[in-house]
Amino acid sequence: MSRVGILAVLIISACGAQEAPLIRANTILGDAITQPLTETAGDTIRGEQLFVSRNEGHCILCHQVDGLDAEFQGDVGPDLTLVGDRLSAGQLRLRIADYQLVQPGALMPSYYRIHDLHQVGEAYSGESVLSAQQVEDIVAYLVERRASGDDA
Amino acid sequence: MKRFAGATLIALIPACSAPPAAENATEIAAEDIVSGSIFLTAETRDLQEDNFANPGYLWVDRGEALFSKAPASGEACITCHEAGLSGVAATYPAYDEKAGRVLNLEGRINQCRVTHQSEPAWEYESEELLSVTAFVANQSLGAPVSVDVSGPAQDIYEAGRDYFQTRRGQFNLSCQQCHTENWGKRLRGDTLSQGHGNGFPAYRLEWESLGSLHRRLRDCDLGVRAEPLPYGDPLYVAVELFLAARSNGLEMESPAVRR
Ligand code: HEC
Ligand code: HEC
Repeated sequence: MSRVGILAVLIISACGAQEAPLIRANTILGDAITQPLTETAGDTIRGEQLFVSRNEGHCILCHQVDGLDAEFQGDVGPDLTLVGDRLSAGQLRLRIADYQLVQPGALMPSYYRIHDLHQVGEAYSGESVLSAQQVEDIVAYLVERRASGDDA
Repeated sequence: MKRFAGATLIALIPACSAPPAAENATEIAAEDIVSGSIFLTAETRDLQEDNFANPGYLWVDRGEALFSKAPASGEACITCHEAGLSGVAATYPAYDEKAGRVLNLEGRINQCRVTHQSEPAWEYESEELLSVTAFVANQSLGAPVSVDVSGPAQDIYEAGRDYFQTRRGQFNLSCQQCHTENWGKRLRGDTLSQGHGNGFPAYRLEWESLGSLHRRLRDCDLGVRAEPLPYGDPLYVAVELFLAARSNGLEMESPAVRR
């Protein structure tokens, strides 16, 4: 590739304006991604860690789940203590991956998206916040946030 | 091939540099505008209000000394500003005829350094610039913010407003979403304030230092994993002007204490 070509590619990944969406439109059914993003099933325990950990999901910045061992949970987003009663795994998956596909203008960051972002920090350019497997882990954790706790 | 890649490159630049600002953005009603200090704990607020305990006054005192000291090649600030600069900081950022651009307080101080004292500009965030800025800002303590965004400042104001309303970073959030649409809510240990600049330069407990408003803006940009602008960048000065206009009437608090 020519120098200019390499530069062009660098700029593409730096601004994300021309990145292809990670989620293909034909995997979205209504307001859900019904098929898992990976072959390995999500891990609930890992999901809880990701949900809390500052350097990973850090969802408690904006959300609360009662009973979690974490100080100072946020309330910018809805309480997720019983979110498994409201949303299916597929609905959770789409909302975590890219909420703005459900509701344009949503505040919630898109955790599995690289396209159409601006002024992204160099260290993060071209990367989604979470990997596909991490999204699955959090889905596994959240789908079990139900009043009864056992299978719905 | 080279030609083709070059053309692609040019076509991409506008797509990157002109992200969409929010349409029909909401504003905080004038009667609801409040300072960031009301979201502090009682202890932090007490610390701010106690001139002896507030660590920011270390910089104010240093600034006062620098203000009266003649530099190697010129006269001391106090020679020209014998009566002090009471109320002046509340009108900044402001359009400066001579410079032909909008200057914030740091920029104005450096302009005096260069043109009236024949001294090199102080570096942004240097102890000297922070101290003199804090000393001058503190002379407007309690004065209402009153910046003018008419005339040549209008375009700069609008550039600052657009920056404020544009989503950015890997988290794709705008200043507007946190500070206009969700102030008062909890972001973990912090309560979101309305994001006013009236307390700056401010002493932040997290910094264990006094810092400029641009340092705070860089922290907010870093928080959403956006590439922050350099200190003193004209676009941050524009954001500063927008923030000040948005808070016109609010009392100046520098050196404020913040978490
Ligand atoms: C910066 C704030 C913020 C962060 C961080 C955040 N969210 Fe959200 N979340 C929201 C908001 C606000 C909503 C409501 C929809 C909207 O307006 O965006 C929401 C909605 C949701 C919903 C739908 C809830 C319902 O009842 O319909 C789920 C599920 C969710 N978030 C999960 C997560 C997970 C998992 C993470 C971390 C990987 C996360 N959120 C991080 C702000 C946030
Ligand atoms: C994800 C949320 C978020 C975003 C986006 C954000 N900030 Fe902040 N900002 C905070 C938090 C948290 C604080 C510390 C608590 C407070 O004062 O609100 C803060 C503090 C501030 C302060 C200090 C207020 C005071 O009284 O001390 C200013 C000024 C400010 N932000 C401006 C901005 C600007 C301008 C932008 C965009 C460039 C921005 N913020 C983007 C979360 C955010």
